[in-house]
Amino acid sequence: MSGSLGRAAAALLRWGRGGGLWSPGVRTAGSGAGGGGGSGSTEHLDALVKKDKVVVFLKGTPEQPQCGFSNAVVQILRLHGVRDYAAYNVLDDPDLRQGIKDYSNWPTIPQVYLNGEFVGGCDILLQMHQNGDLVEELKKLGVRSALLGEDKDQDSK
Amino acid sequence: MLRGQLVRQLVSMAGRVCLFRSSAGSGPVGPVEAAIRAKLEQALSPEVLELRNESGGHAVPRGSETHFRVAVVSSRFEGLSPLQRHRLVHAALAEELAGPVHALAIQARTPAQWKENPQLDTSPPCLGGSKKTRETP
Repeated sequence: MSGSLGRAAAALLRWGRGGGLWSPGVRTAGSGAGGGGGSGSTEHLDALVKKDKVVVFLKGTPEQPQCGFSNAVVQILRLHGVRDYAAYNVLDDPDLRQGIKDYSNWPTIPQVYLNGEFVGGCDILLQMHQNGDLVEELKKLGVRSALLGEDKDQDSK
Repeated sequence: MLRGQLVRQLVSMAGRVCLFRSSAGSGPVGPVEAAIRAKLEQALSPEVLELRNESGGHAVPRGSETHFRVAVVSSRFEGLSPLQRHRLVHAALAEELAGPVHALAIQARTPAQWKENPQLDTSPPCLGGSKKTRETP
């Protein structure tokens, strides 16, 4: 069983789309600008990134990513069994798309926030996944990675 | 006469091969790629710099210079977190990133790290970007 799960995980990470394996409790919130400022304002984004432990800004949605790099972020979170995260689709909102780049001082999408803190994009999340840092960071958030349930002696590539 | 022609052909072919070999991607090196290379060399004095124009794999016109992957190997990265390393690369390429470059995949390694795994990875396949219609299943 754990062997096949490992293979499935590897396949997912080879940029497959594991659509429908399970649906996370994802808040694909429209970035609706309630309160002061538009959807790209500092105040609004400050609130968004702090509202949930895991927040990602994507092109597309977790169910239907529209960018390979955004999809990679979705797949990595899925591998770790992170079900409860907020995902914001920048393609829906040009103000959000530019605003988050200014707010993070980061020129590209996707963007990942853990506990209100900017972590990086797809490359960094992938690196954290590969070297075990992501498991640790999730643990700090009180999220137990699904990968901890696998055979601990299994070499990670 | 024939030999002269053959030599000219071989020389021009060799020239094209050299041009292709200078970039890890296919096709000649465009101005954006050249600028990226020059700026990273100046900013980070890399020991290794591998740059690939990946625009061909995305929903953009042929000949575009919008999507790149770069591996930068520099001792300047010692002691810096991945985030700090990436920010250094972004700073060097601020103009390009504010302009034509739409996506930049970065592998920022110290020389020792590069030795363990000296390869430019491949990026995930394009999923259509903003041009993908919502109706597709």
